[in-house]
Amino acid sequence: MAIIVRDIRLTLRSGGSTITLLAFFLSVGVIIPIAVGPDKETLARLAPAIIWIAALLSTLLGLDRLFVADHEDGTNASLHHASISLEAISFAKLIVHWLVSALPLIVATPFMAIMLIMDMPTLLRTIAALMLGTPALVALGAFGASIAVTLKRGGVLAPILIMPLAVPVLIFGVSAISPAPGSGTSEAAFMFLGALSLLAFAFTPFAIALALRAAHE
Amino acid sequence: MNKSNPMTDTSLPANWFSRLAHPGVFLSWSRNWIAPLAALTIILFTIGLWYSFFNSPPDYQMGETVRIMYIHVPSAWLSQMIYTLMAVSAIGTLVWRHPMADMSMKAAAPLGAAFTAVALFTGALWGRPTWGTFWEWDGRMTSTLVLFLMYLGLVALWRTFEGQARGTRIIAIFTLVGALNIPIIKFSVDWWNTLHQPSIIKADGLSMPASIYTPLLIMVVAFTALFFTLHLVGMRTEILRHRANSLERRHVSARNGTSSGTTS
Repeated sequence: MAIIVRDIRLTLRSGGSTITLLAFFLSVGVIIPIAVGPDKETLARLAPAIIWIAALLSTLLGLDRLFVADHEDGTNASLHHASISLEAISFAKLIVHWLVSALPLIVATPFMAIMLIMDMPTLLRTIAALMLGTPALVALGAFGASIAVTLKRGGVLAPILIMPLAVPVLIFGVSAISPAPGSGTSEAAFMFLGALSLLAFAFTPFAIALALRAAHE
Repeated sequence: MNKSNPMTDTSLPANWFSRLAHPGVFLSWSRNWIAPLAALTIILFTIGLWYSFFNSPPDYQMGETVRIMYIHVPSAWLSQMIYTLMAVSAIGTLVWRHPMADMSMKAAAPLGAAFTAVALFTGALWGRPTWGTFWEWDGRMTSTLVLFLMYLGLVALWRTFEGQARGTRIIAIFTLVGALNIPIIKFSVDWWNTLHQPSIIKADGLSMPASIYTPLLIMVVAFTALFFTLHLVGMRTEILRHRANSLERRHVSARNGTSSGTTS
């Protein structure tokens, strides 16, 4: 718990990063309509995909500082000798990272929806899908960050590594929003999305802890 | 270190596998294996290619283009087998910290990327005359493409960690997480595809005549033999590179030691 509080306080004090993420998220939402053209029907059809791509990119963008700062100032080294396990610490880090990087995006989604000409039911489904799906993205992203923690150019490498692993999240995330031809598939996609997030949150702390230990050797 | 007899090395359990897998011993026995394996590969390829080009009938629907299958299917099989081998080696690295498992992982990654690329490329060439398109977002093709991206990521990771001992364990963790994810990716891609469009590859079922099945089987064995030959050579190269590096390091430190000794 103390780590959650400490990390939130650190992020809020340094400021900036959450706002940068939000700006990035919204600018992806601006740039795609400009590229695609202002045709309302096309935009409404593409809207779920655009929002998910923007969410994925901004999650990947926020990764690089997740463990690097702690690695550089020696916090990781002292956490290795803490009384609670590295797995628990990683779990706390996941929660903090979700709170400071994914939650603001979800809050900003209504503004994206207005720009992308989404109707109300679609917006509600989008928010629900993001709530269910972003924990998996954050967990995968944190895992990528822990892999790259000792690398100087890790900020570039981690997204390349994580992109293939994020494919299922993207697939179920978009299918949960856009109405599928068959009935019931949207509900199924919601359930798969939730399952992915639960699995990712349950298992990645162990993988992160392993990677951090290996980096510490 | 490398002169020590593995039989007297008490840190390892004295079974046949750990004896074979000792780096020094591995170097000596694998030297004798490379030539026969390479010869076997060449013989199998000669027979297999002869069968696939001259001694197998053209398909009644696809015509002569069916012969692409004899390259396509073996490389697709290797693309999955190599990842399995890397995942097993990753367990070896994480659990037993065995140096040969590191070498095996490192040597397999670029080979896997190459065979997956061959599978994708021949698939595109085959798809053009039979389906009328180079690429289709079909479930199986998409998951092979994602697998290819994972291989590329692993190769990039090996390059960035070059020369760092802790890199191997981190890469092993990533390989294993990837291996756990592959079934999920495959399932999700299949689900996504059937949602959007009906699958079009149902052309090659299991019901194929022996005249096509025999050369395919020979080619699969030939490709597998080719992989194991290249993998052995790759692992030997890794061991030798490792030794060359440590020799160089020892040489440099020894020279520094003497020079500091003379100045003081």
